[in-house]
Amino acid sequence: MWKWLNSYADPERSYNLAGKLLPWFACLAIALIGLGTTWGMLYAPMDYQQGDSFRIIYIHVPAASMSMAAYMGMATASFIGLVWQIKAADWAAASIAPIGAVITFIALFTGAAWGKPMWGTWWVWDARLTSELVLLFLYLGVIALYASFEDKVLAARAAGILAIVGVINIPIIKYSVEWWSSLHQPATIKITEKSTMTGDMLYPLLINIFGFGMMIGALTLVRFRAEVLARNGMRPWVRELAKTEAAK
Amino acid sequence: MQFDSFAAFLDMGGYAFFVWLAYGVTFGSLAILIIHSLGQRRKVLIEISKKIIREERLKESRGNK
Amino acid sequence: MNRGISYTSAFITLLQRDLKIAVRHRGDIFNPLLFFIIVVTLFPLGIGPEPQILTRVAPGIIWVAALLASMLSLERLFKADYTDGSLEQMLLSPQPLAIMVLAKVLAHWILTGVPLILVSPLLAVLLHLESNSYMALMATLTLGTPVLSLLGAIGVALTVGLRKGGVLLTLLILPLYIPVLIFATSAIDAAGMNLPYDGQLAIIGAMLVGCLIMAPFAIGASLRVSTN
Repeated sequence: MWKWLNSYADPERSYNLAGKLLPWFACLAIALIGLGTTWGMLYAPMDYQQGDSFRIIYIHVPAASMSMAAYMGMATASFIGLVWQIKAADWAAASIAPIGAVITFIALFTGAAWGKPMWGTWWVWDARLTSELVLLFLYLGVIALYASFEDKVLAARAAGILAIVGVINIPIIKYSVEWWSSLHQPATIKITEKSTMTGDMLYPLLINIFGFGMMIGALTLVRFRAEVLARNGMRPWVRELAKTEAAK
Repeated sequence: MQFDSFAAFLDMGGYAFFVWLAYGVTFGSLAILIIHSLGQRRKVLIEISKKIIREERLKESRGNK
Repeated sequence: MNRGISYTSAFITLLQRDLKIAVRHRGDIFNPLLFFIIVVTLFPLGIGPEPQILTRVAPGIIWVAALLASMLSLERLFKADYTDGSLEQMLLSPQPLAIMVLAKVLAHWILTGVPLILVSPLLAVLLHLESNSYMALMATLTLGTPVLSLLGAIGVALTVGLRKGGVLLTLLILPLYIPVLIFATSAIDAAGMNLPYDGQLAIIGAMLVGCLIMAPFAIGASLRVSTN
């Protein structure tokens, strides 16, 4: 098993594997997000409390849950890269970071656009909002640290350490923020609980959550391939690819 | 189908601005991310090929001396 | 194999060395302290001198200023040792890196954290802090500033090899400081309302213990990356 796994640590093989997997992920992502969003926008019943504004849920919740999942994925890849010195894992971590940052931004923005009609304000210092904002900062920190090293092998290690420290901190930040907002004010505004969500409302949401996951996978593969090429510019097979690409 | 007409769909029960703002920003930023990600591979390859050309030129000028 | 000196004496030697260096360049001690005082005095000028408002925001101001001051001073934690090569010697020595890192962080805290704790009651007076919050302020600073030094040192260790590490450092470690800030200010607020605040103190204490155990290893690993 270990030997089999290690063979995929070879840059050319991981590049090709990523290329083979990419269409599957991309097609699934497009199909699922298309299906989930259309279903959610057109066919899901209207929420009796929130009216049609609740339809933001079909992008907000997938983005929010996937922003955390992507962070865990990035940290896991960093950990593998740091401990077993598998460079492909480092590259994967570096490719996830910008995607995760964009997804986190989407979760924050759609949350704000949902909050304005429902709570009457774009932003509250609610526990979930604040910890999501901190998650965005952590992503940006990892990206900035990775970008500021010239030597990308070192950059990946440094960013990996930061990502892992961040993982330890995420639950602490989350709970501290939850306590803090409940200590300060007796929660005037709360994200409405998913009270008796019917299947018609729930299925598109689940489909979209899955679709967002696939999309993050597809984008990671795309960026991973570019990252592999960029880090292996001296290898003959990459040079061959570069020559054919330049000839186009 | 939850909406009676296309206009009702666009209106989103009076929440048009917020719903379409959220969806617009989401798919807009995703589109930017996707285009940027797809462009990266080509950018990297072009950069490498430029480097190859530069190296070859260096080799030639050394050979001439 | 003769390892030369014991872990304890390595720790103490390094601590003494850092303290001695700092005493010779007194600016390193006084500048962050001055920064802390000036930032705190800017707030009443910015938001107006009404005592009620100042009382309300005092814990937050003092703590945010303490965060910024500790971050500013942290930047120099490994810089000099990195440029003159003594950091590399430390990495090569037979004693575990975590111990030496801990000594350096402790020296940093003695030089910047302790003066900050000592001067904070004075600033609290300027900001009209509730009179029953003083103990809480001192206690949270005593427990909290070492956490700041330890967490911050991770960020510093990651950026020490970079030429423009300053702004990056802010981005890296301020998010990690958030829990300390939250619990410290809520403890001070609770004390101001005559409520018990030992729960918050206990959590900051737990963070301190956790950081003491884990941070030295993270700092050591980061230093190995940076000096590669």
